Amino acid sequence: MLKQYFIELLEKDKREDGRKPFEYRDVSVETGVIARANGSARVKIGNTEVLVGVKLDVGTPFPDGPESGILMVNAELLPLANPNFEFGPPSKDSVELSRVIDRGIRECHAIDLDKLCIKAKEKVWMVFVDIYPINDDGNLLDAGALGAIAALKTTVLPKYDEKEEKVIHKELTKTKLPLVHSPVMTTFGKIGNNKFSDSTMREEKAIETRLSIVTTEDGNVSAMQKGGAGMFTADDVIELIEKSAELGKKLRKLVPSK
Amino acid sequence: MGGVGGPEKLIVNGKRLDGRKLNEMREMEIKVGVIPNADGSAMVTLGETKVICAVYGPKEVLPRRNLDSEKAFLNCVYGMASFSTSERNRPGPSRRSTEISKVIADALAPAIFMEKYAGLEITVIMEIINANAGTRTAAINAASVALADAGIEMRDLVCSVASGKADGQLMLDLFEPEDNFGEVDMPLAILPNTKQITLLQMDGMLTKAEAKKLIEMSMKACEQIYELQKKALKEKYGSEKESE
Repeated sequence: MLKQYFIELLEKDKREDGRKPFEYRDVSVETGVIARANGSARVKIGNTEVLVGVKLDVGTPFPDGPESGILMVNAELLPLANPNFEFGPPSKDSVELSRVIDRGIRECHAIDLDKLCIKAKEKVWMVFVDIYPINDDGNLLDAGALGAIAALKTTVLPKYDEKEEKVIHKELTKTKLPLVHSPVMTTFGKIGNNKFSDSTMREEKAIETRLSIVTTEDGNVSAMQKGGAGMFTADDVIELIEKSAELGKKLRKLVPSK
Repeated sequence: MGGVGGPEKLIVNGKRLDGRKLNEMREMEIKVGVIPNADGSAMVTLGETKVICAVYGPKEVLPRRNLDSEKAFLNCVYGMASFSTSERNRPGPSRRSTEISKVIADALAPAIFMEKYAGLEITVIMEIINANAGTRTAAINAASVALADAGIEMRDLVCSVASGKADGQLMLDLFEPEDNFGEVDMPLAILPNTKQITLLQMDGMLTKAEAKKLIEMSMKACEQIYELQKKALKEKYGSEKESE
């Protein structure tokens, strides 16, 4: 029923809220919204709202990267944002959400993790990015990814006491997290043969499949993920890569440049 | 991608470290019906990567909260045996395996007449016995054949391969050093008869033209895999039909 309704609208190049297929709802990015966090952002896409906080700590590097800082992305899908979310261990959706956003940042080397080494094999900075949806009206992927990169852009390192070998969390330095790229994720839904961006919750209920594409400043692709039990053709994918670069350029303007 | 301690070069004199050409797949072997208890089963060997898959069902949905009155509950569980990796892999679900299980279910569902099994569960268990990259795609190849072996009604099989880029070159079917130290990894699955993509993941860095070429390369390899899958099914069922 809902599906048929959306197909009819999309075939006329329309959406139920008056948007064009590849038009986003109003997007806003606010940074520095959490005093205790080392970096933070609130992203709103229409009625979808996501809060992202970055916390830094010092830990032992992984054996396969003894001189590399550590990035950890996590999403907490609390029933606060959507009554269908459940308390308890992370659901498949929250694991996918955080891992897809993680790879979007990691795979294009957005953060220069090699600059986050304090003492090789022993101490490196650990960057924890935690994504908390506050209200889910669809497209948490794009909102979370945009929030993550905005929060990271504004992240400053806390003081590290070399003698005591510990972090003084309350004292912030002026050193920013070394960021090299601004990857932006855009997610496309598909109903029937119709593709569109920025699904609302109602549209998400009707979509057969989605494709998330992460692009960097130069328009190259740094990550992709298909989700949902539907299908895309190779031509769909190429078309959406182009759209993603185009839409990504606009969204990137909302991320603080420094 | 990336990491330390990798080989200096992944391509030497135009050949990969295991002697393959860029567009050459590792040898793949498919066996159908390897677990007598299961309704359907298969084992896929892809170079050193080995996966065993069992399908149980259609059966009652347990727990009941997973019941879907409109279509089957496709319960896919991907796991890695503790001894399958260089460093022991702690058994049980991880964040990685949870995500892979989900994308595999999304890759297989379009091939199954899900609405025919409304209110029922189809369980697909895939265990990696030995891992040398390409485990999720090998698991999909095994699962699709095991589903057919279980007599689940399907539109098509599902064929899958992971390609990527290493030393600046696009290449088919990455093995471990290329997966660990190369630049791009892109697992893909298609329904071979309609060429529809049912699994697509990518990480690394690709231009649009490279992405296009890599998809084409993978799709071609999927055609070869499809032939191997059909052959494996015929090995089990072909003779039965002739004797009828």
